[in-house]
Amino acid sequence: MNEKTAVSLSGVAKGFRTWKRGPNGAWWRRRRDLKVALEPLDLNVPAGGVTGIIGPNGSGKSTLIRILGTLLTPDSGSASVFGLDVVAQAPSVRRHINRVSVEASFFKELSCWENMLYAARLYGSADAGARRRVEQLMERLGLPGDTLDRPMKQLSRGQQQKVAIARSFMTTPSLLLLDEPTTGLDPRSKREVQELLRSLRREREVTVLLCTHDLDEAAALSDRVIMLDHGKVLADGTPAELCERYGQPDLEEVFMQLSGRSLAEDEEESE
Amino acid sequence: MTRLELPALRHEADALWGFAERQFNLVKRYWAWEVLWLFYSLVSVLSIGYLASGLGLAGFSARDFHRTQLYLLVGSLLWSYLSSVFTDVSFAISWERWEGTIEYTFMAPVRRLTHLLGICLFAIVYGLLRSAIVLAIAIPLFQLDLSRSDLLAASAVLAAATVPLVGIGILAAVLPLLSPEKGDQMAMAVQGFLLLVSGVYYPLSVLPAPFQVAGRLSPLTYTLSGIRDCLLDGRHLGDEMPIIALLLVMGAILIPGGLVVFGWAEGRAKQLGLLKRSG
Repeated sequence: MNEKTAVSLSGVAKGFRTWKRGPNGAWWRRRRDLKVALEPLDLNVPAGGVTGIIGPNGSGKSTLIRILGTLLTPDSGSASVFGLDVVAQAPSVRRHINRVSVEASFFKELSCWENMLYAARLYGSADAGARRRVEQLMERLGLPGDTLDRPMKQLSRGQQQKVAIARSFMTTPSLLLLDEPTTGLDPRSKREVQELLRSLRREREVTVLLCTHDLDEAAALSDRVIMLDHGKVLADGTPAELCERYGQPDLEEVFMQLSGRSLAEDEEESE
Repeated sequence: MTRLELPALRHEADALWGFAERQFNLVKRYWAWEVLWLFYSLVSVLSIGYLASGLGLAGFSARDFHRTQLYLLVGSLLWSYLSSVFTDVSFAISWERWEGTIEYTFMAPVRRLTHLLGICLFAIVYGLLRSAIVLAIAIPLFQLDLSRSDLLAASAVLAAATVPLVGIGILAAVLPLLSPEKGDQMAMAVQGFLLLVSGVYYPLSVLPAPFQVAGRLSPLTYTLSGIRDCLLDGRHLGDEMPIIALLLVMGAILIPGGLVVFGWAEGRAKQLGLLKRSG
């Protein structure tokens, strides 16, 4: 294994079982269904830089992030983070990673500081200087001074997402899993969060996996883009390479050419 | 299980405190609900006390009446404590799912034992505090005579009961992992069964044989029996040592057993994708 490989996947596949009742069947009869989330996937992500995982809802992006986050077990194949197997060595993997999900995972009634302190205790960084470090991070994020002692439920979604990103950096991860960090944010908050990601990336040595269905965001923030659809890789390369390879002006057109449909239409349908 | 170095131990201790502190902060924020639950515990215990008072009017001798009243009140009070611990621990997992923090907690670099012990630690301390408040109200209200009781020995039995209680708490926390939708209801059903077979309001001998067997497997049965011995009959610590030892042995089986079952349930949840927030 190359020491500089952050993420390595070999034949990783995942499906979810569901029980469905037939349209005319008896109420107690159900048949088992398998929804494939990820087809066998091979992938290597070198350490450093931002890799964008893009695709519509249900393409397998979040499943991939959850497998790397030790929250899901693959049905087959193997996945490793910095050479550590995500199933067999899950506790060691957890020391290297943090995740910001589409829903900022906070106890909404607790204050921002109480949530931060909880995270700091779980990650072993709750020393005497923790409050000061958090205050500095909040200041850099442009959050008002009293934010730290306000309940999370009183913050806007954009502010909550900024706090979530600050929390992930407080734990100094080597691999940061960003699962739709700007989805549902207003345009201003979205720009602020993207700018924050850019500046943090410049300053810290961290490998970022950015899941998004916003292709402009992926093109602007990613060094490399992996396009997923129905659990399969459609394309892999830098944004410029992909546009050039398929002779298209942007990633949206590339996706349309490869999948036969527009990602924007897909999003509307899923809503 | 790998050996823990000192910094790792310090981290686990800090995380354990973090879980207990988080629960404390949540209780603080939801204080109105907590007052409501305390009121519910209080009226439950008091109604059992008045049930005994009603029996007093039915022609019991004064001595039998006081003994029966204390017998029922001890059962009621302990049940209120044990059920609150059971509920708090199982609800802690459901709460995390409801808040959407469950995945964050489960991907933290902390041992599951630390996670569950932290939650149990808070539930036990908080449960004891609530029960002490109810007891402080019940003693003058029912003019309970504890002059013959050995309170120290009763406390020792209660302290020993904490060990298997942690094991039961861990098992209770498994249920919301098995079923995101019905885990809480399953925990209530298990709690109801424990109430039935553990001799909370009656001796085990009145139960049918299969229920008696289940009752003998429940640590609550021995906890209640030991505490009643100390409070009703004034038995001392030395007399209760067999019960204390039995409770500790049960804990030594239930805690690792609970962790094994929890580990299996966590693995199943990761296989089926049940950790994801629902609702």
